[in-house]
Amino acid sequence: MLADWPILSMLTFSPLLGFLVLLFVPGSQGRAVKTIGLAATLLPLLLAGWMYVDYNLHTREVVQYTEQHTWIRIPLAIEGDLTGVSDYYLDFVYKLSADGLALPLAFLTTLVSAMAALAAWHIKKRWKTFFLLFLLLETGMLGVFFARDLFLFFLFFELTLIPMFFLIGIWGLRDRERAANKFLLYNGIGSAIMLIAFFIIVSTAGFTFSQADGNTTLFYSGDLDVILANVFQNTQSYVNQAFEGSPFYWSGEMKWTLFILLLIAFGIKLPIFPFHTWMLKVHAEAHPSVVMIHSGILLKMGAYGLLRFGVLLFPEQAKDAALALAIIGVVNILYGALLAMRQTEFRLMLAYSSVSHMGVVLLGLAALNATGIKGAVFQLVSHGLISALLFLIVGSLYERTKTTEIPQLGGLASSMPFMSGMLLMAGMASLGLPGLSGFVSEFMAFLGLFGAYPWVAAVGALGLIYTAVYVLRGIMGMTFGRAAAPAAADGELRDARFLEALPMIVLAAFILLIGIYPTVLSYPLEHTVDGFLQQLQAAAKMGGS
Amino acid sequence: MNALQAGDLIHLLPELILVGAAVFLTLLDLALPRRFGRSALAWLTLAAIAGSAAAVAMKLGDEPVRLLNDSYRIEDYANLFKLVFLGGGALVVLMSIGSIRDDEIPHKGEYFYLFLPALVGAMVVASSGDLITLFVGLELLGISSYVLVGMRKGSGTNNEAAFKYVVTGAIASAILLYGFSFLYGMSGSTNLGAIRNALIQNYEQYDAMIYLSFFLVLAGFALKVAAAPFHAWAPDVYEGAPTPITAFLAVVSKLAAFAILFRVIYNVYALNSHLYKDVLLALAVLAAAAMILGNALALKQYKVKRLLAFSGIANAGYLFVPLAANFSLTHYNNFSELLYYGIAYAVMNIGALAVLMAVSNRGENEELSAFAGLYHRAPWTAAAMTILLVSLAGLPVTGGFFGKLFILLGAMQTELYWLGAVMIVTSVVSFYYYFGFIRQMYMRSSGSTPLSLTGPLAVAIWICTVLTLALGFAPHIVIGYMTDLFQLQSDFLIG
Repeated sequence: MLADWPILSMLTFSPLLGFLVLLFVPGSQGRAVKTIGLAATLLPLLLAGWMYVDYNLHTREVVQYTEQHTWIRIPLAIEGDLTGVSDYYLDFVYKLSADGLALPLAFLTTLVSAMAALAAWHIKKRWKTFFLLFLLLETGMLGVFFARDLFLFFLFFELTLIPMFFLIGIWGLRDRERAANKFLLYNGIGSAIMLIAFFIIVSTAGFTFSQADGNTTLFYSGDLDVILANVFQNTQSYVNQAFEGSPFYWSGEMKWTLFILLLIAFGIKLPIFPFHTWMLKVHAEAHPSVVMIHSGILLKMGAYGLLRFGVLLFPEQAKDAALALAIIGVVNILYGALLAMRQTEFRLMLAYSSVSHMGVVLLGLAALNATGIKGAVFQLVSHGLISALLFLIVGSLYERTKTTEIPQLGGLASSMPFMSGMLLMAGMASLGLPGLSGFVSEFMAFLGLFGAYPWVAAVGALGLIYTAVYVLRGIMGMTFGRAAAPAAADGELRDARFLEALPMIVLAAFILLIGIYPTVLSYPLEHTVDGFLQQLQAAAKMGGS
Repeated sequence: MNALQAGDLIHLLPELILVGAAVFLTLLDLALPRRFGRSALAWLTLAAIAGSAAAVAMKLGDEPVRLLNDSYRIEDYANLFKLVFLGGGALVVLMSIGSIRDDEIPHKGEYFYLFLPALVGAMVVASSGDLITLFVGLELLGISSYVLVGMRKGSGTNNEAAFKYVVTGAIASAILLYGFSFLYGMSGSTNLGAIRNALIQNYEQYDAMIYLSFFLVLAGFALKVAAAPFHAWAPDVYEGAPTPITAFLAVVSKLAAFAILFRVIYNVYALNSHLYKDVLLALAVLAAAAMILGNALALKQYKVKRLLAFSGIANAGYLFVPLAANFSLTHYNNFSELLYYGIAYAVMNIGALAVLMAVSNRGENEELSAFAGLYHRAPWTAAAMTILLVSLAGLPVTGGFFGKLFILLGAMQTELYWLGAVMIVTSVVSFYYYFGFIRQMYMRSSGSTPLSLTGPLAVAIWICTVLTLALGFAPHIVIGYMTDLFQLQSDFLIG
């Protein structure tokens, strides 16, 4: 039923409906602007939820929604040796697809966005601009997960960059502009490297030859499926032909170059140590609702890209580099955890904790088996929910106490029992308490890696202990103990209002749901990950032949 | 076809319209009493440009016409460039109307009747197939713009700019002529096609001198387009010139030099694979140098015109990439890459300078701070400027983005991976200074004096903005049109 509608486009661009409405609402009407902004994030949430439920689990068909239109077809000059060619062009395909990997991440995007829009209720200035940018950002993020054309992916990727720059730079704390600049430059470099790799891929593996009815057609395509077919299925495609002086052939060095370029490009976003410094600044300076998006979704785009374009396009390289990836993952985990233990500022502690948790994703990917990859995706979703919840609470806390320095806080549990409880729960999920989502994802990622590299996994598991230490130290310090002076200075500290409590409860509910019933997430993943593994094996076969 | 027949004049209609208009405006300015405002002259100039453009457009797709022994060529290559010059010229005139009212330019009549010959010069350059024609065109363009740059003779920076421009322009011409003299000496001809044929036959004999002439010609044109390391004049001249003239120099003069450089290189210096490889390498190195230096030097600028001058240097580097990418097995798009990015560059640069004119308060404040809080003072103008800046930075979905994308694809097709990488990385560096404007507009506050925008200036800004977006969303239409129209053999090669 859903297949008849361009549901993916509807979902991706549904936030823009709110964008259009907002354009015509005067900025002075704060309440109306906020209500419309919030409502505009509920629509995609509804659509994504519907799609998620509608996703058929009983078929091996992985991509259940897809849309394709040729957007831009640039005719290229036919001269010289090409005179026999009847058609020669470059295609930019508007192609969106949802498989079991994209769908959960898209749902996460809509959920976190809606909750972040609620958390943005107490921003103090320029509501209208805020929500305009916010909705633009949401469209960009959804597009990233659905796009199946290299150029389209890049387009959406960049579309997230510009609104995020503004969101950090206008509504953050004192040092916000430097944070925004740093964000822009690091991510700009990341997408530049990605673009170089994409361009080489399109101009080599995307070059396709087809002959029908006596017409010879040559074209360059960024369509991921065309590229995959050229690389892995068609032994006669140009990319697999090593004739003398061919500009299209992928030699071993070329594949390695591309894989490493993509690893760096997405590694900056993920972030991989030592490319993480920009995200600390963003975590510390940006408005909490912006950090919810940033930590909850934007970081996930890095991991998603690494899996979709890095590992799946270059499986042999991924396999050879798996140990290195696993070690990088362990470095991330331990480095993040150790530095998180040293932080006295709660936001920075959470930032380092994100570095540590994203290391777990790398571990899962490095395992290159079903359990590991599933664990990685679980970790993406789970960490997205947990960090969104944590920053939601941070936002509400900062609103009241004007500080997030752990030593200056204390005894919050007595005045704010509800929020403290939520904080404790988020912390427990973060350190991997069984029954909550963090446990499932870390367990699976580590389990996957134990199959491949037991010793690396064993070292990485140390990180779990450190995590428990810093999470407990931080949260206990804030919620229990003596009430610190400045916290009480403003008079009575009130517990969460309804509008604050609602998103906390929703996020916590999802964390709990995945924790006790992980099937809800693993079912759609099942066939998709199987498909990935088949692709990896097919590649191994072709490499051997 | 040797002598010019009366019937051939019809082919020169676009140029003749402009020349006629220039003469008419001169007389009109003399005869018209002082109490009449001179804005009528501006509108007449605009009408002449429109008429000329229409005359050019009617010729698109026709068989190439060669006049005077193939020294003047009217074909699609030249005509497409002429349309860009005329379009750019029209936008510059629109910008000027505002500044004429503001008394920024004291000699209003002269301004317009010198502007038209400059445009004619650019058109002659694009059409020339002979070294003499080429040089005459370049000088016509150059000498007219020397005067235009020095129009505000009361101001010190303006005098400095005019003087610098005259001196460097003369040096560039001298170097070019020196390079041409070698070509003439070796071949005994000034026609580009004849030069090539002669050089191919006697290549062994003149090996070293061909290289020498190539480097002289390249240096001369690099000076004209302000590509690093021949760029030092540009910031001073751009800063001192009246803003519309800055736009003219940055767009029309630069593209004219590119039009002819492209023609000369492929007609004269693509003799054999050995020489050709070195030629392409030299062009690639020049491109990389311009991109790196231009973007690096722009980082520290807070004077907008100087900043845009450095950005123009970097853009010259991007425009060199299609020249440096070989025609190869699968790659014959050099021309459309050059022209498409040329168009995108023209609209975004003119647009940005037009916004600068609007915010600079009659040229009082031409620093970045002039943009402070623009979002609060004039949200729509700020939005237009944002689109133009996003395009300049090469971010989607704009003309600048697709222009760069298309150039990059060409570089990748010809396996110039290193040059593509330089191009992408320097583009990221440019984010920093382009977003500097955005920081000023959205994140700083300023006095709440609302912005006053004259009608023609607003029209110029919005034409540029809309074109920038249109080029981003439907590049295939423009590129497809150019690709269909342009044939390497008949439209480009001479002889």
